[in-house]
Amino acid sequence: MSDAPIASGASAGVVEIGRPRPASEVAMRLRANSEYVVIPVLALAIASGLFALFLLAVGKSPIDFVAYVWRGGFGTAFSLQNTLQRSAPLILTALAVAIPARIGLIMIGGEGALVLGGFAAAALAIPMIGRAPPLVALGLMSAAAIAVGALWVGLAGFLRYARGVNETISSLLLTYIGIAIMNFFVEGPLRDLSNPNKPSTKPIGDAYMVGKIPGTEVHWGFAVGLGLCVALYFLMARTTFGFAARVTGGNYRAALAQGLPVGRIIVACSAIAGGCAGLAGFFEVVAIQGRANASLAAGYGFTGILVSFLARHNPLVIPPVAILFGGIVASGGLIQRRMDLPDATVLVLQGFIFVVLLTSETLYGRFAIFRPAGERDRR
Amino acid sequence: MNAAAVSRRTLLKTAALGAAGAALNFGAASRALAAGDLTIGIVYVGARDDFGWNQAHAVAVKALKELPNVKVVEEENVPETDAVSKSMESMINLDGAGLILATSFGYYTPFVVDLAKKYPDTQFRHAAPLWNKDKDPKNAGSYFGYLNQAHYVNGVAAGLSTKSNKIGFIAAKPIASVLSNINSVLLGARSANPNATVQVIFTGDWSLPVREAEAANALVDAGCDVITCHVDGPKVAIEMAEKRGVMSCGHNASQAPLAPKGFITGAEYKWETIYKGYATDLAEGKSLPNFLAGGYEHDYVRNTPFGAGATEPAQKAALAAIDGLRAKKPIYVGPLKDNKAGKVVIDKTYDNLDPFLDKMDYLLEGVVGSTT
Repeated sequence: MSDAPIASGASAGVVEIGRPRPASEVAMRLRANSEYVVIPVLALAIASGLFALFLLAVGKSPIDFVAYVWRGGFGTAFSLQNTLQRSAPLILTALAVAIPARIGLIMIGGEGALVLGGFAAAALAIPMIGRAPPLVALGLMSAAAIAVGALWVGLAGFLRYARGVNETISSLLLTYIGIAIMNFFVEGPLRDLSNPNKPSTKPIGDAYMVGKIPGTEVHWGFAVGLGLCVALYFLMARTTFGFAARVTGGNYRAALAQGLPVGRIIVACSAIAGGCAGLAGFFEVVAIQGRANASLAAGYGFTGILVSFLARHNPLVIPPVAILFGGIVASGGLIQRRMDLPDATVLVLQGFIFVVLLTSETLYGRFAIFRPAGERDRR
Repeated sequence: MNAAAVSRRTLLKTAALGAAGAALNFGAASRALAAGDLTIGIVYVGARDDFGWNQAHAVAVKALKELPNVKVVEEENVPETDAVSKSMESMINLDGAGLILATSFGYYTPFVVDLAKKYPDTQFRHAAPLWNKDKDPKNAGSYFGYLNQAHYVNGVAAGLSTKSNKIGFIAAKPIASVLSNINSVLLGARSANPNATVQVIFTGDWSLPVREAEAANALVDAGCDVITCHVDGPKVAIEMAEKRGVMSCGHNASQAPLAPKGFITGAEYKWETIYKGYATDLAEGKSLPNFLAGGYEHDYVRNTPFGAGATEPAQKAALAAIDGLRAKKPIYVGPLKDNKAGKVVIDKTYDNLDPFLDKMDYLLEGVVGSTT
């Protein structure tokens, strides 16, 4: 195992921008970092293998399955856009889990923040229809969505810091409260009476709908999600705030002893998370539904948890993982239709992926192959 | 160590072979559906075997599949988000569907309407009376069954089967279609048994299994010896009735297998009449009707074959009631009063499909329960 020359060949074509480094150092870094690519890819392959066995057991062809995943999720321009569109809300809701996770909090309240954010945007739009120009209205609506989402998850963060309430439980419970609040308004004071059988707010109207990214079928939420991933990666990895947050996540007492504003950091990270989820709700309303109703609670907040864990809470890894999920879901339809398999099949595959990837977490640092000779003894 | 390396390489090789095989297979996958003349795509909001709304559609699709030159592609558990528009679009783009059947209420606006504008050559039909001839695209449309007629038949059979004269009804939300089913059960029961009453409990939402079970228990405790319902999945209510040893009447699809001892009959949709009609029209090159609505007179609803709970006289009376409905015999014979202040809410006799009845927001005298 230790003699296999894998990373050394790969470095030949790589040119590092910035100050020149000795080739060997580049190779070393590449070799060390390739661990973060090889292990997840292998885990995916193993999960696929297990799933192939499952398919064989129910008498279906795994090769057909792969063909349909490719065709339904990635193989045509339509499929690819289908995948990207489905991944758009997941990127934002995954960020809502990843940022608190960096300070050691398991926040799973993205669904509630998404629903309330979307509802706030739709509710705020109603008095503005026909009065405010679209750009102003959209600006205010998105600000409201972010603020409400930030408040909602920020509340769970505050309870954690100030009262020691378990943030996982409180954020989950706040989700149900959030959905109930939306239902209360949508079925009561803000109900559009012209729509008797499905309680909704009044439509925000075509003028306030945001279109697609030009040349595609994908709405702007996807681009905003990508931008936020980069921005939040930068925030967490390259700023003093991010450093303080990581210290807090690493050792809470040490951070306190260092005089870091731990309370403010916890609430701020929670609020950023809620803001991301609220923004996902904003896009669900202005790019898709055109109104707020129970369809906002479509489970994106919960799928986002999965995406964030698979991305190891790294904002830069969230988009590819979200796209993978989007692709699996997008092709899930084709698989149901062509292979005559129940919808739950796709959940079986997701389950395999999740379990194997989480198991693979324990493998990091255990393969000597990823560490050049000189470094091996240091760990 | 060596073994590990070999197995890793073997793994890679296998994966590569698999990928190559898949690549060869793509052509086959895209050709797979070319054989049928007409491909119909259908989307369900829940599971196809839910003993309820979705199953009623799936049963019809099974019948549709038996037609020559018709290929049906089905997708279940599709939420009322852009997921449904992508699923429908995928059926059009990848499966070549010429007709899309969207079976959940929330699919219509904006998803079906927008997609119909985008794909003018594809036909879209949606299972709720929402199509508006002035606003909506001509390649879209609605179909709807007046299930209250089958609930009326339930009422007739239940009225003659009950010993306590109390029929229990578990209802989701107090909206017009639900209220009409409750009132029809009452009128059916009263037509056969003037002492019958209907006791109703609203659970507040379409799918709340725990509350539905509690409601069934509460109704049985209150002396009801027949239980029926209008919720998404009647499974829980019917099973609970069977467990408590009382009789039951079904809703949406056949729940007969769930209650071998106490099942009387059930109100079912007969979507295959509509679906087969669409397929035949398309095969003959005719344009599809934009709006279809009806009950027994159009053969859009039916009653589940009688179970062990239905007595001989109940069966006879129910079959006679079905004959009456086929001949358009009215259910709402006015004047009828509501159950609150005894105010006359139905001033005269209305035809079974009269739009006046679609605006129902009251329970009739004889129903125990309140819409608020």
